[in-house]
Amino acid sequence: MSVGAGIENNMPGGGAQAAALGACSAGDPAGRRRDIGLKRRYRAEKRFRFYGIAAIVFGLFFLVLLLWSIFAHGFGAFWQTTITLPVALEAQVIDPDNRLAAEPQSVSDPHFLAMIDYPLLLRRALAQKLGVAADDRAAMREIGQMISPSARGQMRRFLGANPQAIGTVQTIRFLASANVDAAFKGQINFSLPQDKRKISDRQRQWITLLSKEGLLHKSFNTGLFTRPASANAESSGLAVALIGSFYIILIVLVLALPIGVITAIYLEEYAGKNGFTDMIEVNINNLAAVPSIVFGILGLSVFINFLGLPRSASLVGGLVLSLMTLPTIIIAARVALQAVPVSIRAAALGLGASHTQTVFHHVLPLAAPGILTGTIIGLARALGETAPLLLIGMVAFIANYPHSPLDPATALPVQIYMWAGEAERSFVERSSAAIIVLLAILTLMNVTAVFLRRRFEKRQ
Amino acid sequence: MSALGVAYIIIVFGLAGFFACRARARLLEQRGQKMHSLPLYYGWWAFFVTSAPALLFLLIWTISSDLYLERRAFSHLAAQNAAAQNAASAVAGVAASGAAPAQSAGFGLEKAVLSDLVKNLPALGGNIADYAQASYASVRKKLLTAKNIALVENGRNYMLPLAVEWLETRRILQKTGGAAAIILAAFAFVGSFYYVRPAFRARNKVERVIISTLFLASLLAIATTIGIVLSMLFQTVHFFESVSPRAFFFGTVWDPRFSTAAGEAGATGRFGLVPLLAGTLYIALVAMIVAVPVGLFAAIYMAEYASPGLRSVIKPLLEILAGIPTIVYGFFALMTIGPFLRDISAALAGGQSFIQAQSVLTAGLVMGIMLIPFVSSLSDDIITAVPRALRDGSYGLGATQSETVKKVVLPAALPGIVAALLLAASRAIGETMIVVLAAGVAANISFNPFAPMTTITVKIVNQLTGDLEFDSPQTLVAFALGMTLFVLTLLMNIFALYIVRKYREHYE
Repeated sequence: MSVGAGIENNMPGGGAQAAALGACSAGDPAGRRRDIGLKRRYRAEKRFRFYGIAAIVFGLFFLVLLLWSIFAHGFGAFWQTTITLPVALEAQVIDPDNRLAAEPQSVSDPHFLAMIDYPLLLRRALAQKLGVAADDRAAMREIGQMISPSARGQMRRFLGANPQAIGTVQTIRFLASANVDAAFKGQINFSLPQDKRKISDRQRQWITLLSKEGLLHKSFNTGLFTRPASANAESSGLAVALIGSFYIILIVLVLALPIGVITAIYLEEYAGKNGFTDMIEVNINNLAAVPSIVFGILGLSVFINFLGLPRSASLVGGLVLSLMTLPTIIIAARVALQAVPVSIRAAALGLGASHTQTVFHHVLPLAAPGILTGTIIGLARALGETAPLLLIGMVAFIANYPHSPLDPATALPVQIYMWAGEAERSFVERSSAAIIVLLAILTLMNVTAVFLRRRFEKRQ
Repeated sequence: MSALGVAYIIIVFGLAGFFACRARARLLEQRGQKMHSLPLYYGWWAFFVTSAPALLFLLIWTISSDLYLERRAFSHLAAQNAAAQNAASAVAGVAASGAAPAQSAGFGLEKAVLSDLVKNLPALGGNIADYAQASYASVRKKLLTAKNIALVENGRNYMLPLAVEWLETRRILQKTGGAAAIILAAFAFVGSFYYVRPAFRARNKVERVIISTLFLASLLAIATTIGIVLSMLFQTVHFFESVSPRAFFFGTVWDPRFSTAAGEAGATGRFGLVPLLAGTLYIALVAMIVAVPVGLFAAIYMAEYASPGLRSVIKPLLEILAGIPTIVYGFFALMTIGPFLRDISAALAGGQSFIQAQSVLTAGLVMGIMLIPFVSSLSDDIITAVPRALRDGSYGLGATQSETVKKVVLPAALPGIVAALLLAASRAIGETMIVVLAAGVAANISFNPFAPMTTITVKIVNQLTGDLEFDSPQTLVAFALGMTLFVLTLLMNIFALYIVRKYREHYE
C-alpha cells in the first residue's frame, strides 16, 4: 500500500481547516461558508478521544480496584494475635497416673507427651486470669474456643525440651484462635445478635479485659512464612508453598534457561532456511500459545504416568513449567541475539574468528542482558502459574517441609487457590496475604528485569 | 558401584584427556610445530572422544539391562502366579473357583509389589541372597522396624527368590557394564593422543559437536509438541473405546458420575461436550465484548493521541494487568466482583438477586479485564507500525484525526489486529483459574449470562484432581477434553498466523 507515499505535504491537524477554506473560496462565490459539517465532525472527534480516555480509565480503575481489594482483604493477616499467660504446669494434669515417679525417663517418650491434656492447662490458666470458676463448664468451653488448637503442639514441644518445668509456673505465649484474632482486629460486627457471630458477648468482654492487662498482643505474623499447612487458619502458613515454589523456579532456571538459549542460538545463528527450521519455528510459536493446562496434562501422563516420577513433587512441577516457559525464553533470546549489531560480528569475523567463536565470544555476551530480562519475565510467569500444578497433584494438604524436590509440596499460587476454597473468613484473609506475598515477589522480579533492560540500553 | 559412580569415573577420564591433550598441544607448539587449532580445542576434542562413547554405552547398557531384568522377572512371576493358583484350586477344589479369576486380575498389582520389594530390599543391607528363603511377612516386618519402610501386606513368599535373583543379576550386569564402560574410556583416553598433531583440525571438529548439541536442543520444542499430542491421543483413543465419539461430541448432557458408581448397572455416566463447549465459548465471548472495545480504544489513544510522557506512564500501568497471575484474577472475581454483582442486582430487583455470584458475567468480565493489556499492547504495536505518510496523506485531504484513524489507520492495521484478537480469544478459551473460581461447576446450556455455566478447562481440573484411575472413562474424558481444547486453540493460532502472513501490508 503506498497511498500516502507520494504526498509530501505535511499538515497534520490543521489540514481539515485548510481544506474547508479552500472549498469555500472555490465553490461558493458569494463568500458564504459551505456547510461541510465541521461542528459535527469535531464533536465526533471529541467523542472519539473521550472513548479512548474512558477505555484507559476503565482499565486503570479495575487495576486499582483489584489491588485495593486484595490489600484491604489481606493486609490484616500480616499481624497475628497472641496471648501471653503464666501457665501452671500442674503435675496431676500432666501425669495423672503418676508414671514419672516410677520411671522418670518416660518424660521423653513421645507417647507419654502426646497423651497429656495440654488444652486443660491453658484453659485453667486463662480462666484463672479472667476470674472464671474452673467448674463453670459453659464458660470453660468458651474459654477453650479462644485458644488456638496449635498451642497443643507448642506445649508438647516445650515440655519435651524442658521436662524439669513440670510443676512450675511458666509464662507461655501462644496463638489466639482465629475468631479472637478477627475480633481483636475489629473485623467482627458486634451489632449482630450473639448467635449470628462467632464471638459471644462474654468472650468479647474477656478480650477487652485481656488487652487491657496487656496480655493480648498483635505482632508481626512470622508464622505466615514459617508454618506449613494447617486446618486452623491462625496456625497455617506459606512455608511449604514457598519452598515448593523456590524448587520449581530453580528447576525452571536450570533447565529452561540453557536449553532455551542454545535453541535460540541454533535458530538465529546456524539453522539454514529450510522446511525443517520453519517447522521448529512454527512449533515454538504454537507452544507459546498453548493453554497452560495442556502442559499439566502432558506432565501428568508423561512424567507421572509414563516415567513414574512421584505425584505432588516439585520436580514434576518444575519440569512441566520448564516446558511451558521454554518458548518465552527462546523468543526473548532470539530478539536479544537479533539486536546485537552486525558490526560486532563483522569485526570478529574480520579478525579471523570462526563463526562459532564469533557467536560464543562476542554475540552471546552482548545479548546476555536481554536474554536475562526475558528469562526473568518467563520465570515470573512460571511462578504465577497454577493450572498445570493442579493436575500433577500439587494441590494437597502438606504439613511436612519438603527437603528435596522429590518430596510432596505445594506452590504459592496453588496455596492461594486452596485457601480461597475454604469457607472461613480468616482463610480469605490468609489467601489475600498470600497474594500480596506473590505479587511482591513478582514485582521484585519485574523491577529487576526493567532495571537490567535500562542498564543494557544505556550501554549500547 | 552404581551407574552414577561409573559416570563420574568416565568424566574424570575425560577431564584427564582434556588436560593431557591440551598440555601436549602446547608442548608441540612451543617446539615450533604449527598447530591447526588452539591447544584448547585439542583438549575439548579429547574430552569428547574420551567420555561421550563410554557414557553413551553406559546409558544404553543400564536401560536395556533394566528392561531385560524386569521382563524376565515378570515372566517368572506369571509362571509362579499360575502355579500358585493351580495349587490353590487343587487344594480347595471347586469351591474356590470363584477366587481364582480375581487373583489373575490382580497380576498387575503383583508386578507392582515385586518392583517395590526389589526397590526396598537393598535397604536391609547384608547379604541379599540370605533372604531368598525368607517369608514375605518376615521381610516386611524387618523393613518396617529397622528402616521404617512400609511394604504392601499381601505380598507372596515366591516373590522373594525372584527379587533376590533380580538384584543379584542386576549387580553382576552393573559390574560388567561399568567395567566395560571404564575400559572403553581408558582406551579412548590413550587413543585421544593420536589426535594431537598439527594437521588435525580440532577446532572444526569441536564446533561440529557444538552445533550438533545446539541442533538436538532445538528438537526439544518438537518433542514437546509430539509429547503433548501423543500423551493426549492415546488416552483419548482409550476413552473412545468406552464412550462413542458421537456421544462425546454431540451429547448435550454432562453427567460423568463418580467412578465408584460406575460399576453399578447402567451407571456409566454421560459425557456430552456441548454444554462445556457452550460455556467456554459464551464466557470467552463476554470476555471479548469487554476486552476488545476497551483494549482497542486504549491502544488507539496511546498510539495516536497521548503525548510520549503520558504514554510512557499509561502503557506500563496497563501492562501490570498482564503480569498479574490468573489465580489472582480468579480470587478477585470470587471475592469482589461476584458478590458485588449479586448485591447490586439484589438492590436493583428489590431483594431477590438475579445475578448469581458465580456466573458467566462474573467470569467473563474479569477475564475481559485480564485480556485488556493483551489486546491493547498488541494493537498498539500494530497501529504504531502503520507509516506516518498514510496519516499525513489523510490529514492533507482534510480528514480529522479520528476520521484518519477510522478510515485509514485501522483498515491498514486490520489484519494484525484481527490476529491479535484471535490470539486473545484463544487465551480466553484456554484460561483456567478464573473460570474454576468464578464460573461454577454446573454444566448447563443456557443463554442467561447471570447463571453459572462451566467450561472445558474447569472439567479437566475436576476430573484430574483427586484419585485417578487410568482405566475409567471418568478420568480418561479429561484427555479427550484436553485434546479438544488443544486442537481448538491450535486452529485459532494457526489461523491468526495465516491472516498475518497473507494480509500483512509491506511498507517501504
